[in-house]
Amino acid sequence: MTHTPPFRLARGGRLIDRAFQIPFRFDGRYLRGLRGDTLASAMLASGQMLMGRSFKYHRPRGPVASGAEEPNALFGLGQGGRFEPNQRATTTALVPGMILRSQNCWPSLDADIGAVNNWLSPMLPAGFYYKTFIHPRPFWKHLFEPIIRRSAGLGRAPTDPDPDRYEQAYALYDTVVVGGGIAGLTAAREAAEKGGKVLVLEQNPVWGGRTPVDHKAGEATIQALLDDLRGRANVTLRRNTMATGLYDHGYLLAREALADHDPNQGIPRQRLWRIRAGHIVTATGALERPLAFACNDVPGVMLASAVRDFIVDYGVAPGQRIVVVTNNDDAYRTALIAQEARLDVTVLDARDSADGDLPQAARAQNITVLTGSAIAKVTGGRHVESVAVCDQKGEGKHTGTIDCDVVAMSGGWSPIVHLYSHCGGKLLWDEAQAMFRPDPDRPPLGADGRGNVTATGAASGDLRCAGDLERAEGATMPVWCMPANAPYKLRAKMWLDYQNDVKVTDVLLAAREGYASVEHTKRYTTLGMATDQGKVSNINGLAILSDALNQPIPQTGTTTFRPPYTPLTLATIAADARGEAFQPLRKTPLHAWHERHGVSWEPVGQWRRPYCYPRGDEDRHAAVNREILAVRNSVGTLDASTLGKILVKGPDAGKFLDMMYTNMMSSLPVGKCRYGLMCSENGFLMDDGVVARLTEDTWLCHTTTGGADRIHGHMEDWLQCEWWDWQVYTANVTEQYAQIAVAGPKARDLLERLPGSIDLSQQALPFMQWVEGDIAGMPARIYRISFSGELSYEIAVPAGRGLELWERLQEAGRDLGITPYGTEAMHVMRAEKGFIMIGDETDGTIIPQDLGLGWAISKKKSDYIGKRAQSRSHMKDGARWQLVGLESLDDRVIPDGALAVDEGTNPNGQRKTQGRVTSSYHSPTLGRPIAMALVRHGTGRMGQVLEFPLPSGEVLKGRICDPVFYDKEGARLNG
Amino acid sequence: MLILTCPYCGLDAEETELHPGGEAHLKRVGPEGSDEEFEDYMFARKNAKGVHFERWRHAYGCGKWFLAARDTVTLQVYGTYRAQTHAPPQDIVDAIRKVRPDWQPDWSHAE
Repeated sequence: MTHTPPFRLARGGRLIDRAFQIPFRFDGRYLRGLRGDTLASAMLASGQMLMGRSFKYHRPRGPVASGAEEPNALFGLGQGGRFEPNQRATTTALVPGMILRSQNCWPSLDADIGAVNNWLSPMLPAGFYYKTFIHPRPFWKHLFEPIIRRSAGLGRAPTDPDPDRYEQAYALYDTVVVGGGIAGLTAAREAAEKGGKVLVLEQNPVWGGRTPVDHKAGEATIQALLDDLRGRANVTLRRNTMATGLYDHGYLLAREALADHDPNQGIPRQRLWRIRAGHIVTATGALERPLAFACNDVPGVMLASAVRDFIVDYGVAPGQRIVVVTNNDDAYRTALIAQEARLDVTVLDARDSADGDLPQAARAQNITVLTGSAIAKVTGGRHVESVAVCDQKGEGKHTGTIDCDVVAMSGGWSPIVHLYSHCGGKLLWDEAQAMFRPDPDRPPLGADGRGNVTATGAASGDLRCAGDLERAEGATMPVWCMPANAPYKLRAKMWLDYQNDVKVTDVLLAAREGYASVEHTKRYTTLGMATDQGKVSNINGLAILSDALNQPIPQTGTTTFRPPYTPLTLATIAADARGEAFQPLRKTPLHAWHERHGVSWEPVGQWRRPYCYPRGDEDRHAAVNREILAVRNSVGTLDASTLGKILVKGPDAGKFLDMMYTNMMSSLPVGKCRYGLMCSENGFLMDDGVVARLTEDTWLCHTTTGGADRIHGHMEDWLQCEWWDWQVYTANVTEQYAQIAVAGPKARDLLERLPGSIDLSQQALPFMQWVEGDIAGMPARIYRISFSGELSYEIAVPAGRGLELWERLQEAGRDLGITPYGTEAMHVMRAEKGFIMIGDETDGTIIPQDLGLGWAISKKKSDYIGKRAQSRSHMKDGARWQLVGLESLDDRVIPDGALAVDEGTNPNGQRKTQGRVTSSYHSPTLGRPIAMALVRHGTGRMGQVLEFPLPSGEVLKGRICDPVFYDKEGARLNG
Repeated sequence: MLILTCPYCGLDAEETELHPGGEAHLKRVGPEGSDEEFEDYMFARKNAKGVHFERWRHAYGCGKWFLAARDTVTLQVYGTYRAQTHAPPQDIVDAIRKVRPDWQPDWSHAE
């Protein structure tokens, strides 16, 4: 029979407004729907039953369901940055001007060349990838893989950035009820009466769930409950909000659609609620199961509940002649509603008898009811044309044919147990109702060890939760295969998972091949692995598997229910944490000055540090070279404010620092500085910096820029958890000071030009000492320390005065050619001096001894963090790689990280290595490349030449030398 | 996303406010320890299925380290307590025994 209009019924449609037409575009065609339509109802009303192509065989598909479980009706929606693939037509509200594109078909939905796979389907069984594409081996990479990759994936990813705003909000409630149907609203009223804050979440724009469709008095009952709840101050009702996942200790994620697909409202598109709930009530309802009969995927075969939803909610008749096929009483509601809408109805009931209130009501309406009957096969290509009727207990012998354009099937109902299961709640198999339902004795537990989730209504397995509205219903008879003894030919056309094209025979094949675990069968057949996560297919699939394995269903069990319940767009998860707000940006007191002076930034942790300050046409390399030469020949300034500064104070501070550092800090005299190394308990070098003793009981520890917070935390860990009886306080004062390094042979000349009380002479302030006083009218602490190898002072002033000091220095040094320099100049200069850099020469596997820093390890101390670890045999092994310098023999910079190869190969056939480059630069001071490297037996191999093969095939050579390239005697730094 | 009560500031802290620190009640092995003792201290962790004692820092709160007795299977929190102790206090032990009567304390040392 052909599919003929009118599809929109003359009457009915409780959610639509016939006065407002809404135009939209589907694959270039202009269609019209009504206000209140979903995409699916609008398309059905336009006669468009064909809505997609299946993933593997490209079979034509129409909608099966009317809600979130829909596997077929998925579209690409929108344009440009607002394009979204795999949008569910059954849950997407129609908005004027919507643009829809069909997916997984070429050149068009009607004429899809990929449908050739359908004819090849006998050759594409479960696991065919693994079986087919193994031999010959070389074919995989160059032939099979490219083809499979091109055909894999459903829908196209958008290419433009998402222009919409998304936000997140946090909320605390005593009780959260998920589901705004009759069970949920009733539970909410009970919770509200007990007191406490109550939140009710409903995924749809309308309240009531199935009740208004399934019961004549349903709408009024729901309205009365809503009126009651709206009058209560402690209840919040939130529609359009999908609870997507439940996590530890009552943490519930819910996505609220605020302006989905309608960007013109000027509000965020979606809001992600991060809710802490004292107790969660899942009133999420149940999903109807399909029946497995041959060709149950032809467009027009739908769930019985969906057929009546389209009729009652949207006034849409999916077809004119409807065959209802069922194993339960509930589907008779569809027959009665269709009959009332003046559609032609026949009921095939797999049960031998059907005498409940609903079947009797159907017979009273002169609806033909055939019991013990089944569908042998559906006929039709792009649309249902007829069904062949047979005996349910037989093998499919035709007893008649019924012309029809819609098949409304019902295989019973499965409670929606996802939220209950996400966080450890257990299910039990209810034999009488043929369903898995939440086990009330094994709920998820809260922090207090008590159950924190309760299922209610249909979600708990109580399918008659509408109370007084219900009529007596007969028992459901499990039907996992229709007819019961169908031969292979029929089973090979019974679809379980519509989206991924998994059939009954695929599951049977998996069982035959030894896939006894439901989790393995899922992955082998891809059952339930599509974007609908098998909401309508999983129970049928595991029932078939159980049958094949000849074991009861609960022994097979379910696959794991994992969040999210429905897909969550990444933009909602990211929300405002995009672009500049992705993470906080830390700025030094001099940040704005750097920006005004053409800085090229380098991100260091959350800080921005000047990498260099290019002038005119200079590139970064030229700028760095100029800055280095300025420091070497005259004077430069570096913003060192980001260096970590941790105050350690107390009667036991010296003893504590002796444990923290490898060298002795307790013996450091007041007024002096000492370079210190910090190791982890595992012995590896983790941070370094200069420590100054400020007073008898106070030390100031400098750390690396990235290490400040981590090292402060490390100190606190040991103080709080190990040596809690030691009297020590720590304070991270990093941001309290602006710190400026003034370096170069003219550094002292420059500083002496500023008025102040501090004597900066070599006698008064020699290398590795500090002094406090007044400079340019500011209170300052000046450290005579050097990372550049030049005469150098680091001046710390209160953060708020940093810019003033920096500007005074620039002004006073103009005739000296004072040059602000950045981190790269600093890095090159320290490498010229052979100073190590945490993160370059160290990588978490390096001990100080590897770096020639044995001098900084106290021999006198009985203990320090890392000492025991460093006495392990591997740490004392002479074959460890040691720090050396490298001179390039090719006058080229050997790339950072390049490996020095050794003779022979390792067990994997790769060249053996004997070292690697840790730092490598062009040195403008020396006019040639310099490098530092870790090399096996390095310090004993001076003068030897190592080979560094590059990915290009070239081989660079480097000669091992002392890592100190510049001013070995330290005359300049001591000057 | 656990919630643990910080025993210093009394706040019910969201897991995102906290920084995990691994197993609690480890006894530090210093330079005198044997290789085996040091290996055990440095690397051997219980990875318990059930009752577990762990270190947490209220990193985005008061900054203090505290200890938690937690069930890794049921997620029940038996209690949190200050880090300045070598063994859990008696009320925590009682809370564990109430739920798991067979449980035996097995931390490596008690002083």
